[in-house]
Amino acid sequence: MKQIGTFFIGLVFGLGLIISQMTNPDKVLNFLTFGKAWDPSLILVMAGAMVVMMLAWWRVSKQTKPMFGQHFDLTEFKNIDSRLIIGAALFGLGWGISGICPGPGVVQLASGNWDFILFFIAVLAGMYLPRLKSEK
Amino acid sequence: METEFTPVTALIGGALIGLASAALLLLYGKVAGVSGVLQALFKPFKSDNSWKLSFVVGLITAGVLASVFAPQWMQGELRLPSWLIVVAGLAVGLGTTLGNGCTSGHGVCGMSRFSGRSWVATIVFMVVAIIVANLIS
Repeated sequence: MKQIGTFFIGLVFGLGLIISQMTNPDKVLNFLTFGKAWDPSLILVMAGAMVVMMLAWWRVSKQTKPMFGQHFDLTEFKNIDSRLIIGAALFGLGWGISGICPGPGVVQLASGNWDFILFFIAVLAGMYLPRLKSEK
Repeated sequence: METEFTPVTALIGGALIGLASAALLLLYGKVAGVSGVLQALFKPFKSDNSWKLSFVVGLITAGVLASVFAPQWMQGELRLPSWLIVVAGLAVGLGTTLGNGCTSGHGVCGMSRFSGRSWVATIVFMVVAIIVANLIS
């Protein structure tokens, strides 16, 4: 049952990415690049998502467990270390070059456009790299 | 390519992203981070992880539905040489793994929770992305 629920949640998440046009790299790059073509839409995408999520976190603070589950599965990480900074900077590099982040990258697989498929394969390869090191 | 400022669809789309993330949290107690969800592809299929795969299938289904019924919404292409697409993809994959999150996990879910880690991560990736995008264009 949970898998059916999270399928529909993924579907709504994906529709949100499509309606907000975050699946269009030009939209993101025109936000990141200042000039005549500056497009501030991304700020409103973040604002819309953040307001809803703030209400959700407020709700979470009032209850001990989710509706279908035993506990809230939240990260215990608190430290701000070099790994976090380097990781975020690398992500910013890739995002700034391409204008596409992981969610829209997955949605765009459906377009069948080979460039997006190549990007997705490279993302998975990048995710696998730290494993090679830890397995040594 | 130029794009127009689209405040209404940006807000509606953003609210849907927030609603989906809120549903995942309040119903199942999970944080919607797409990079974290994709990591499940490397793990053995367990019931604990299968929700991540069905979330990914939901994302792709949204793209399929839009491609079939509203192809004008599925615009977008990467105007980059293949080697640069690979470099960008590797940086995104490695970066989100080291930094434990991307725009959804840190940006939407973490910042709204006032997580210090997520605020730092989001500010760092935004600043780097702005610098890189302006240098390239």
